[in-house]
Amino acid sequence: MAEPLLSVRGLRKRFGGLVATDGVDLDVAEGETLAVIGPNGAGKTTLIAQLSGDLAPDAGTIRFAGEDVTALPAPERSGRGFARSFQVTSIFREFSALDNVALAVQAHAGHSFRFWRRAREERALREPARAVLAQVGLAARADVEAGALAHGEQRQLEIAMALATRPRLLLLDEPVAGMGIDESQRMVALLRTLRGRHTIVLVEHDMDVVFALADRISVMVYGRVIATGAPEAIRGNAEVRRAYLGEEVRA
Amino acid sequence: MRTPRTLALAVGFVALALVPVVAAALNQPFYLDLVRRIMIFAIAAVSLDLILGFGGMVSFGHAAYLGVGAYAVAIPAFYGVHSGFVQWPLAVGLSALVALVIGTLSLRTSGVYFIMITLAFAQMLYYLGISINAWGADDGMRLARRSQFGGAVDLGNPYVFYYVVFGLLVLLLWLGHRLIHARFGMVIRAARSNEPRLRAVGFATFRYKLAAFVLAGAACGLAGALLTNQTEYLTPSYMHWTRSGDIMVMVILGGMGTLFGPVLGAIVFLLLEDVLAAWTVHWQVVLGPLLVLIVLYARRGLWGLLAGRG
Repeated sequence: MAEPLLSVRGLRKRFGGLVATDGVDLDVAEGETLAVIGPNGAGKTTLIAQLSGDLAPDAGTIRFAGEDVTALPAPERSGRGFARSFQVTSIFREFSALDNVALAVQAHAGHSFRFWRRAREERALREPARAVLAQVGLAARADVEAGALAHGEQRQLEIAMALATRPRLLLLDEPVAGMGIDESQRMVALLRTLRGRHTIVLVEHDMDVVFALADRISVMVYGRVIATGAPEAIRGNAEVRRAYLGEEVRA
Repeated sequence: MRTPRTLALAVGFVALALVPVVAAALNQPFYLDLVRRIMIFAIAAVSLDLILGFGGMVSFGHAAYLGVGAYAVAIPAFYGVHSGFVQWPLAVGLSALVALVIGTLSLRTSGVYFIMITLAFAQMLYYLGISINAWGADDGMRLARRSQFGGAVDLGNPYVFYYVVFGLLVLLLWLGHRLIHARFGMVIRAARSNEPRLRAVGFATFRYKLAAFVLAGAACGLAGALLTNQTEYLTPSYMHWTRSGDIMVMVILGGMGTLFGPVLGAIVFLLLEDVLAAWTVHWQVVLGPLLVLIVLYARRGLWGLLAGRG
């Protein structure tokens, strides 16, 4: 088997007496969508933060495309092809939607020690940004201040910012959190178009979303991965049922 | 929506340009002196706005660079070097260097810690100033001559000096305007808006914030060089924390993150001081409530009220 794109071994993070991730091992193949599920407090968001480089692990290694990236901070991981969305929407609220995406393009278009030319007139930044906005369905909202967008649109904008960095690995932390049914379905349709084109690690509570998107599922409980497997296998796993899925699999 | 802003700008620039003419016509050279002083503080306030208003870095030690710039003029003058071609680049360069050191250390913190550490550095420099007897200690020292520019520009002529300051203020505003709309400006404004997000899309934010911090310090150093020429005197009190507070109040009063607002803030602050201080030493009794009203009801300051958004 070829080396996985992302390979995590023994990832551990402790906050005082709380062990948020307790020796997590994960492998994600190129092009694969791995969903990480688990009850609240299982350490899923802490896992994403360590994968993205926002949080330094206490122990363990993260290898990406054959290289150890454990010590790299978030901006450098972005340079290697990591991109993330946040559980709580994180955008530049005072900037237009187009500005938000153009900033993500700018981060990967040479240095920004440029003091003279208007960034909003740089076609090399604006055109790719417009294309990505169109890809996520926000073309008509390009000039709206990001803070004034509807919640669902802001989540779409986050995806657009991630995509604008031309990522190899997408880390999505509850992309449908707080969404209504319509918004949620639109987001799932969008994420479906990304499957296979990007490698995705998806943290999600909504089981419909997970089963609609995941190639494989890892179940986290108390900071540990207790099971990993194909969706059908996870559905049938007794330990998982007991620990987490419970009644949701009755359907 | 750009009309009121453009109009306010045009009126402002023309008014500042005409002050010497009016002062001469009224035979009131005092006004020349006052407005020149206002413009020097406007330069300091605009430089602070770059990091405070646009970059979200609440530096409470910006007067440090005012002092460094002033010392960079006064100390060479004390040893007989009066050339502005030496003093002014030294003022800008040294301020940039000091800002580089302070920024490198303090930008590792944020929030209240950042405010406190920048304040602490400025106070350290202040106490250094008052403890060096050779350079006047807390008495300061007189500047024997204003900076000399080899006959090309004579700062001894109040009108020439006025237009030098005016020219530098306009230049700074123009460069600042370019900068905040360029890639660099987008990055520091986005850092203020949401730094974790900026890092997540791939910007190593520290180096951009540090560069902004250094640029702001350098520009304020120039204001310091001008200030010591203005007063023909050097005093460590240029670096006192209350002075940092004054500059910050000018920025907030005029409008954070508006570039031109701090000029308006400096005008209002120093005019109030001038008019009211003649009446009572407690002139800040008037300033205080005004500041409270601005903070509560006009997030973009007086400039925001005057020019609308933009």
